[in-house]
Amino acid sequence: MAKTKDIKLMVNGEMVARTVPFRLNLVDFLRKDLGLTGSHVGCEHGVCGACTLEVDGKMVRGCLMLAVQADGATVATIEGLSTSGRIAELQAAFHERNALQCGYCTPGMLASALEYVERDGAADRHAIREHLSGNYCRCTGYQAIVDAIIDVIEGRTAP
Amino acid sequence: MTEKLSLFDRPNSYIGRSVPRPDARRLLSGRGRFVDDRQLPRMVHAAFLRSPHAHAHIDAMSVDLAKALPGVVAVFTGKDLAEHVTPWSGVLTHLQDLRSPNQYPLAVDTARWQGEPVAMVVADSRAIAEDACTLIEVDYTPLPAAADMETALDPDAPVIHPDYGNNLAWERLVEAGDVDAAFARDDVVTIERRFRFNRHTGVTLEPRSSLVDFDPAEGALTYWYSGQAPHMMQAILAKHLDLPEENVRLIAEDVGGSFGIKIHTYGDDIATAAAAMILERPVKFIADRYESFVSDIHARDHRVDGKIGVTRDGEIVALEIDDLTGIGPYSVYPRTSAIECNQILNLTGTPYRIENYRARGRVVFQNKNVMCQYRAVGHPVAMAVADGLLEDAAHAIGIDVVEIRKKNLIADDAYPVTTVTGMKLDDLSHQKSLDKLTDIMGYQQLREEQQALRRKGVYRGIGLVSMVEVTNPSPMFYGVGGAPIAAQDGASIRLDAAGALHVAASITEQGQGTNTVIAQIAADVFGTDLHRVKVTTGDTANVPYGGGTWASRGTGIGGEAVLQAAFALKQQVLDVAATILQSDPEKLDIERGSIVNLADSTERLSLAELGRIVYYRGNELPPDVKPELVATRHYRVTDFPFVFTNAAMATHVEVDIETGFLTVLDFWAVEDCGRVINPRLVDEQIRGGIVQGIGGALYEECVYSRDGQLLNASMADYLVPMAAEMPDITIEHIATPTKTSTLGAKGAGEAGTGGAPAAIMNAVNDALRPHGARISEQPMTPERVLRALSVV
Repeated sequence: MAKTKDIKLMVNGEMVARTVPFRLNLVDFLRKDLGLTGSHVGCEHGVCGACTLEVDGKMVRGCLMLAVQADGATVATIEGLSTSGRIAELQAAFHERNALQCGYCTPGMLASALEYVERDGAADRHAIREHLSGNYCRCTGYQAIVDAIIDVIEGRTAP
Repeated sequence: MTEKLSLFDRPNSYIGRSVPRPDARRLLSGRGRFVDDRQLPRMVHAAFLRSPHAHAHIDAMSVDLAKALPGVVAVFTGKDLAEHVTPWSGVLTHLQDLRSPNQYPLAVDTARWQGEPVAMVVADSRAIAEDACTLIEVDYTPLPAAADMETALDPDAPVIHPDYGNNLAWERLVEAGDVDAAFARDDVVTIERRFRFNRHTGVTLEPRSSLVDFDPAEGALTYWYSGQAPHMMQAILAKHLDLPEENVRLIAEDVGGSFGIKIHTYGDDIATAAAAMILERPVKFIADRYESFVSDIHARDHRVDGKIGVTRDGEIVALEIDDLTGIGPYSVYPRTSAIECNQILNLTGTPYRIENYRARGRVVFQNKNVMCQYRAVGHPVAMAVADGLLEDAAHAIGIDVVEIRKKNLIADDAYPVTTVTGMKLDDLSHQKSLDKLTDIMGYQQLREEQQALRRKGVYRGIGLVSMVEVTNPSPMFYGVGGAPIAAQDGASIRLDAAGALHVAASITEQGQGTNTVIAQIAADVFGTDLHRVKVTTGDTANVPYGGGTWASRGTGIGGEAVLQAAFALKQQVLDVAATILQSDPEKLDIERGSIVNLADSTERLSLAELGRIVYYRGNELPPDVKPELVATRHYRVTDFPFVFTNAAMATHVEVDIETGFLTVLDFWAVEDCGRVINPRLVDEQIRGGIVQGIGGALYEECVYSRDGQLLNASMADYLVPMAAEMPDITIEHIATPTKTSTLGAKGAGEAGTGGAPAAIMNAVNDALRPHGARISEQPMTPERVLRALSVV
């Protein structure tokens, strides 16, 4: 029933080749086929942001993209962003500010925060809140997350 | 124990310090261990077919096509699983006359809410299981639905459980003093108001998740559990799957939000465990978001008629409420669905001196998803009703809303106090909290600014709440009524050969920082560095027996057990050290991981060396010295049914009277949870709670059609607070430690959610007042605001 396709992509710096069903979405592929369980699934229709990850330099929803669409792409998940050190400052600031509680939204939140910081986003609370509005957090109330991002932008955080 | 007095004043104390959570680093690097992250050999996946009808008889079901689909391992109907699982009923003896019929994992003959599971498919993948669900043919005869709780008791309403004759599940009356006489007094002004609190739900970002393995060789069931009460679920699974309790192991690793949602018994979870036993292989069930909306418990479906009487100078003389709540077709097992109503009856008006009080609560069955305990059970309703009526009364007699609170709040020096409803209160600080609140928010200045802006056509409102929160419950909450829910918790602390501490505790971590607080208390009381403390929670095979983390009880109850265990272990270690050092244990202390002289802190022996002597070179000890480097203690609250906390909160909102849109400009909270172990974690609990409370007040609602169809069962349609809409929140504390424990900690997890809706509703009404409008229904959507303004 499920038709398949061979795909080959770069995930966190490693070339990966697999045969996947067309209907398999990217985040399920990363989690189940590759064991990269840091990206989380919260709504499966692109609203909550828990599966936010980087494909070819852009932050995308891993649940709104099929694995076959990532054929030939370069993908970075929370695991890769951690290992490469790209989010080290954000991780340190989130830790210091307790900008996470259950941690389920956190990988996606960090990815969106990274996008904002790397675009030279301003240390403007309202602009940061607007930017994060595609990432739901049910635990923190968001304030500590905003504080942590501002700490990074203003250079207060040593990873 | 004079030692007790010094516990919180030791050098390098961890109690009272905002240390970051050691385990958060794992979550920050994508190394969380949530249930769906785990894959086991031969694991298969469950999906459920759910009733599309709010009420329907299941005439026939054909599963042949589903079974024939390649990749399908098994298909179970309600009748199939009823042969493997004994039914349950959500009643407790202390909620007298509460009734609820037997419930099975899947509907057997009749489906009673849209979303109730009717069949289960187990397959090689979740996708195949879902494919197979579409191949199951069910013949339903739709039945009339009693969806609306407000008509569910009408004589002509469809009766959901025919044996019961009507849809009443439970009723309670409370009467204290002479309410009628008080309302009839000449000098008394009365205010009446009908409040409506619509259903919402928890929306844990990680959906409900279960992974169950069964080993037939040992008859052992292992359940990876995303929840808050592992020992409760152990007892329930053992009972209904007919296993010895000791053969059932619950393991809760990381839990992606719970808020009360994941503490209940769900048929699909029990079905998953039953399937693992039948198939003798691991079965995983991860609810998708649609399933979460139609099957996670909902909360707060209440209509409350309230009446308050005050004298012309603002003294409350009587309060009366009548609560009607719809709980879906069953009372949820084992905590029951009558508790929220019961809490509302117990808590409404509790911050204030009230001599005359009458309350009626009615809990009704209806054909909607089940309703049960969610964060701040009953509090948002009780506080919004009492403080809404009180602010109305203040305006009716022309005094300020702060002044009327000051006149009626129970004085800080009056405790202990027993209220007219029998609530025992102690160690509260309503007056100090309110004073501090008005100070930090600049109350008078805000009032002046409000008047000035009104003249420019800008309508802002200021709303307050003075509240109590039920925390640290005793056995009187659930255990007394027959539920397998522990009110006591335990901690076991062991010193290892390298000089590190290992704490195993029965309270659980869902992100609030339980494990960190445990480590802080252990390190502080014992006298070692935080990084030398390793904490285990959530695993019934490895922790003492206890209740878990819910009802704001983790730190207050579990933390006290940790304190007592750490203190006991310290004495045991000092006894051994005294032998080794030929000293007196009274003359020794432990500081930063070393045995020191009590008098001058001179280091005498490292804990690592002590560990090596005890574990490797016991020959160096006298034969009659038998060191015991592990200590276990348990704790329960004995003198009070609950330990109350208090808070005062305020918010500042702006109402766009043309669109009905509301902006929350500011929010302040002054909270008294007794001794604070980790200020940052407490503040973040309160902030997160306030935002959930704002969600209920402004956005979140499970919208049903008249025939019981949930119309917004997706995250795109059900609104939760997003970052851009939320204000920065200022938190301050008053610390009045509870005398019920040495630690002195009360709970803090639910105050924000309990208080915020009242403050927000009062603020919105304060903004609407110049227009002669009043809103009493939550969530206060733009449409409802415009209706209140008679614009639409």
